[in-house]
Amino acid sequence: MKQKIILFFLGILAAAACYPIIFLIAGSLMGYQELGAYLAPVLGEAKGFAGWTLFPMYPTLRGYVELLLDSPSFFIMFWNSAAITGGILVGQLLTGVTAAWGFARYQFPGKRVLFTIYIALMMMPFQVTMLSSYLILNKLELLNTHWALILPGAFSTFSVFLMYRFFTSIPEAVIESARLDGAGEWQIFWHIGLPLGSGGIVSAMVLGFLECWNLIEQPLTFLKDRSLWPLSLYLPEISLQDAAMAFAASVITLAPALFVFLAGQDYLEQGIVAAAVKE
Amino acid sequence: MHAKRGRTGLLFLMPSLLGVFLFVLIPFSDVIRRSFLDAMGNQFTGLNNYRELLGNPAFRLAVRNTLRFTLICIPALLLLSLMTSVFLHRQKRWGQLLKSVYLVPMAIPVASVVLLWRVLFHQQGIVNGMFQWMHLPAKDWMNSDAAFWVLVFSYLWKNLGYDIILWTAGLGTIPDSLYEAAKVDGAGEWMCFFKITLPNLLPAFFTISVLSLLNSFKVFREAYLVAGDYPNESMYLLQHVFNNWFRELSLDKMAAGAVMTALVIMALVLLLERAWDKKG
Repeated sequence: MKQKIILFFLGILAAAACYPIIFLIAGSLMGYQELGAYLAPVLGEAKGFAGWTLFPMYPTLRGYVELLLDSPSFFIMFWNSAAITGGILVGQLLTGVTAAWGFARYQFPGKRVLFTIYIALMMMPFQVTMLSSYLILNKLELLNTHWALILPGAFSTFSVFLMYRFFTSIPEAVIESARLDGAGEWQIFWHIGLPLGSGGIVSAMVLGFLECWNLIEQPLTFLKDRSLWPLSLYLPEISLQDAAMAFAASVITLAPALFVFLAGQDYLEQGIVAAAVKE
Repeated sequence: MHAKRGRTGLLFLMPSLLGVFLFVLIPFSDVIRRSFLDAMGNQFTGLNNYRELLGNPAFRLAVRNTLRFTLICIPALLLLSLMTSVFLHRQKRWGQLLKSVYLVPMAIPVASVVLLWRVLFHQQGIVNGMFQWMHLPAKDWMNSDAAFWVLVFSYLWKNLGYDIILWTAGLGTIPDSLYEAAKVDGAGEWMCFFKITLPNLLPAFFTISVLSLLNSFKVFREAYLVAGDYPNESMYLLQHVFNNWFRELSLDKMAAGAVMTALVIMALVLLLERAWDKKG
């Protein structure tokens, strides 16, 4: 009996976690009439309260068709999101992986201080660095371009920290023996560090993707031009009057994140743990 | 040999370090400088900006709300996630799957859920419909003090899975033999929980609290997308103040605020490092 109560409680939580996905998918498959009937009270067109069902009575793809054929701005926003996310992740790969390796495997003067600075920066909410980012981006004349998001994002210290945690867990003996065999420092990094630390790199990319796909504060602050906006700012602008389109757009925005989540699940969990607990 | 290797380490670090200096550290030192200047940025005014900040009603309201939010959310999240993890830990069959399911909210972009939040918490929305069905009074969620609780709910929903993963990792490090020995000695479930589980999770507890606190800054996204620049007073957070000052170009206040927030977070980070060092 007690077991059943516990399972019931766990099940409710699981349902609450997934509900938004089911809600959005169901909504995106409804026609205007059906959506209109459920949402009329929220739109101020009827008394009573909004209702919902998880199974559309008359499933249709009209919302998607309309979104994909009639709203070119959606494609632009989708592309903006992809460009920003892609740019940041590539930048993190290029600079972050080597930095993590340097921190994890070498001793040098000032390392402790620098590392503390990196940790502190990864913990700072955007609002703390908002003004400083603005000042430098303004000086470099990068405001109102995608670079204003990509460049600061590429130097995210969180991904460095995460990969560092994975790199430090490689046993020193492996590296020592490669050194004895005459391998250079770069070769050791390339042939031992990268393959053995690949789990950390993937973890950092998965967590990085989920973060970048969700950027809100940065584009809001640094992009004036609406045609540069990512999906995360565009979606809330669609009014509920166009409910079918709003639902379809929400589902399409959700899809890549959900895909990365499902594909990178194990890495995601490893990454969360590695960032918090020292081996 | 060793010195040379140290230089190699610095070389590996260099590209990232240059970027961090250029985009964060150097401009931030300029912000520190500005925090002691007047709004035009040419007259030294000492601690004036800080004094003004501490007296500013919007800032005080936001600090109060942010503190209230933190003090309610974090204990609630820690407790709920710990409880769930303890239950989950014993579900051999469903444990792994459920753990992944709880993580789903992390993957759902804020912009996508906003739609759901709007339909749920509208005055004639689904939640009020359910309230009526249960004969509870309806609330105007977004335009009353209830807005604060919507934010709390949204934070718990988003972060529960993350904390569960962390607790579960902590639970995994407690050897089963401890429990078996205790059972032999006749200890009950509650006894085991208080005498074995809790003390062993103490080191994890601190880390998880700090990380939960840092994640709590991100609720601004939900708050902003649902309610805009000036939400109901009860959910007016520090982040709103910063945003609004930025739009008004009150650079002096922003600079002082940024320095002060950075100091608070820096203190937390040093404490966190200390905890990590003790364990490592």
